[in-house]
Amino acid sequence: MEPINIEATPKTPSVKFNSETGVMEIKGRSIPENSIEFYKPLVDWLEVYAKNPLKKTQVDVHLEYFNTSSSKCILDIFKKLEAIHKAKHEVVINWYYEEDDEDMLEAGEDYESIIRVPFKMIEIVD
Amino acid sequence: MSFNLKEYFDNLSKGDVILAYKGSITSELINDVLEGVEKKLAEANEESKTRKRIYNVLVESMQNLYHHIEEYHEGINEELDPKFGVLVVERDKDSYKVTTGNFINSSKIKFLKEKIDKINSLTKEELKDMYKFILNHQKLSAKGGGGLGLVDIARKTGNKLEYAFYNYNNNYYFFNLTIRV
Repeated sequence: MEPINIEATPKTPSVKFNSETGVMEIKGRSIPENSIEFYKPLVDWLEVYAKNPLKKTQVDVHLEYFNTSSSKCILDIFKKLEAIHKAKHEVVINWYYEEDDEDMLEAGEDYESIIRVPFKMIEIVD
Repeated sequence: MSFNLKEYFDNLSKGDVILAYKGSITSELINDVLEGVEKKLAEANEESKTRKRIYNVLVESMQNLYHHIEEYHEGINEELDPKFGVLVVERDKDSYKVTTGNFINSSKIKFLKEKIDKINSLTKEELKDMYKFILNHQKLSAKGGGGLGLVDIARKTGNKLEYAFYNYNNNYYFFNLTIRV
């Protein structure tokens, strides 16, 4: 599978998905008006990856801020990961949030309560 | 007396204004506003939590305008952009106030009013449950709207949404939304 490498823009995050290492990273701000355009290729990529995943998949979500339009697409990504986890492959989601950013921590906890995949909440201290 | 847009905007722009805009709500405008307000808040040494909350409210409220503004102002006499909206950000004592305004077809008022009243009646915990329910059960619209913006604003600010509908003509009202951060 071709890896995904997308540079960040003011409204969309950087994305690195790699099927050879099993490490996926989403980093930055996600505030596009129409998030489907941006996230659909990522969800499609994960769907293919899910057919033959590595033993361990690690997903690093390092979002400074995301809008509610993105929140549903992020859930779609997590649902793909949940399917991989359900098929007895190891999946871990590392949810990064900046020191004292309760809103972002709470957003991670919302997902954790919906998606049956182990989450690790990681506070970034300057 | 019918609604006067000029008076409305003049009144809104009287306070300690950081930004006041009236005109077309485009994707580029949203970029410019976010960048401009972020810069001003950084210059004012506002704490990061407040900055993020204001940023959040601006993104959601402007994208609500962007997605929901009436494209066609039938019967509106003033010469306005088809995606006309108003946005004002101001300091108000120890907090900030974000106000948006837009024309709305009278047929949509009932739905919007009920939605806001419902949101305003909920506790923080209930808002969280509502957010999670919509997140998990409703599909995004073709435009990318998710029906979550107002819920998210109320949840993050912890404040009630203040609103008014001003009659403009038979078919249209002007919808004013004020958010305290």
